[in-house]
Amino acid sequence: MASIPISLEESRVRAPRRASRRRPGRRSLMIRLLLAIVISIIVIFPLYWMVVVAFSTRADLLGGALRLWPTTFTLDNFTRVFTAFPVATWFGNSTAIALVVSVITVTINILGGYAFARLKFRGSSAVFLVALATLMIPVQVIMVPLFSLVTNLNLYGTYWAVILPTAASAFGLFLARQFILGIPTELIEAARIDGASHLRVLRSIVLPLSKPLIAVLFFMSLLQSWNDFSWPLIALKQNELFTLPIGLLYLQGQFGSDFGGTMAFALINVAPMVVLFLIFQRYFVQGFARSGIR
Amino acid sequence: MLTLFVLIPIVWAIVVSFQRTDGFGGGTFSGLANYQRLVADPVFWRSALNTVLFTLIVTPLSMGLGLGAAVLMNSVLPARKIFRSILILPMAISGIATALIGVLLFDENSGLIDKLVRAAGLPGVPWQSNGPAAFVSIVLVTLWSRVGFNMLIYLAGLQAISPEVYEAGRLDGAGGWQNFRFLTVPLVGPSSFFLLILNVIYSFQVFDLVFVMTGGGPGNATSVIVTYAYDQGFVTRDQGYAAAIGVVLLLVMLVFTAVRWRTSRSRDLVE
Repeated sequence: MASIPISLEESRVRAPRRASRRRPGRRSLMIRLLLAIVISIIVIFPLYWMVVVAFSTRADLLGGALRLWPTTFTLDNFTRVFTAFPVATWFGNSTAIALVVSVITVTINILGGYAFARLKFRGSSAVFLVALATLMIPVQVIMVPLFSLVTNLNLYGTYWAVILPTAASAFGLFLARQFILGIPTELIEAARIDGASHLRVLRSIVLPLSKPLIAVLFFMSLLQSWNDFSWPLIALKQNELFTLPIGLLYLQGQFGSDFGGTMAFALINVAPMVVLFLIFQRYFVQGFARSGIR
Repeated sequence: MLTLFVLIPIVWAIVVSFQRTDGFGGGTFSGLANYQRLVADPVFWRSALNTVLFTLIVTPLSMGLGLGAAVLMNSVLPARKIFRSILILPMAISGIATALIGVLLFDENSGLIDKLVRAAGLPGVPWQSNGPAAFVSIVLVTLWSRVGFNMLIYLAGLQAISPEVYEAGRLDGAGGWQNFRFLTVPLVGPSSFFLLILNVIYSFQVFDLVFVMTGGGPGNATSVIVTYAYDQGFVTRDQGYAAAIGVVLLLVMLVFTAVRWRTSRSRDLVE
């Protein structure tokens, strides 16, 4: 470790707010707490405002005065949105698509992860790299061929037009491979010697040990698919097939500057994932953080 | 069984590669016409410039703010978990909802931010009718939604640093800033590298925020490559041209990946 040839005094002058980790001064603690509170307010405020607007009357919103808290409470925005649009259908579409996508993605990623972790085959690392490289490709690059592919397969206008391309994601592949690499080789080899097939090994050894992995992958792809926008925008044409984000855009196009209605619907779109996110935060955090550890 | 496990990824990779190359020029073969048009298209260059600008602004800012927040969250702090939860909450919000909240807040007639600015006695900012202002509003909303992720990755990196390192730094007389500059920043190097890649990829792909907040306007001031490609392919319905734009984007990504590949190799050699 290189020594740092600058005197302590000078550093105190330059950075009074970052004291030593071991001895947090009272003052620096207060400053950090304050900073954390300010940041949190900045982060939470737009969400708070969405909720406020969703429950405010139109007159209240059009008033020119600046106010940061609700003065009225109404469910009008929700009623208006529900009567004008098939919200329940869209909600159902989103749920169904997200669930099916997640199940397929988790299955593919675990199978693939097992293959890349435990089966040595010619060119396996090249294939693995290619699979990871596909993650870097934005859907807009391949949207034209993907669109004709989907049309040629007669999927356009069905849920599958959204589900299949979305589910073909290598996102969890890396995660799955790393996790399965962590399972002791002896366990798997012992089973192989006892005559178990790879499928059997996967079912009786890998899967029972991979519950945290499955949870992480499942929530990640659920979140991703629920919030996905770019591809569904291209792949869905009929109103009754829309997912919530597409419905939201459609609704905004119809409602224009009716922010109350738009925010009411945005809240319907956002709330389930926020609730899931807060409850299963551990899994999301693990998933995001692990994807960063290499 | 082996074939099954191996086949799924391979077939899928082949399908993807097939999709990339398919669709050139649509029904008729038009040679390089699309590319010739591309080179001469000022809107394309404007979009490319915007994309690069966006990447150059958003990447360092979200990483810097992310690291700052991570250091804060890694220090002694009451209710640390609650703060952390709040900071990563935007990650759960869909891009379109984020964008609409942005529209709501930045609306130049009735938006809250404008009201706040005016209440402070400053002139209102034309967030929608002025190009640079529109660009700034997109950057701000992007930062709001991205910093949490950067923080999370940095937090994981910070927690892997053993406290003894700081103890040693303290014995050597390092103050807070030196600790940060000479210990923290180098030690989270791998996280920084990873985030750099991810942020660049993300920035090159930014779509929903731009699409919803400004639609590329005013006058292409905020148009980026992907929104332009979408416009060409599915609004103007010139799919061959859109595919050409996609291919150019793909080439840029490939170059970037290659650079990344080489630098990560040379890093391995150095270490």
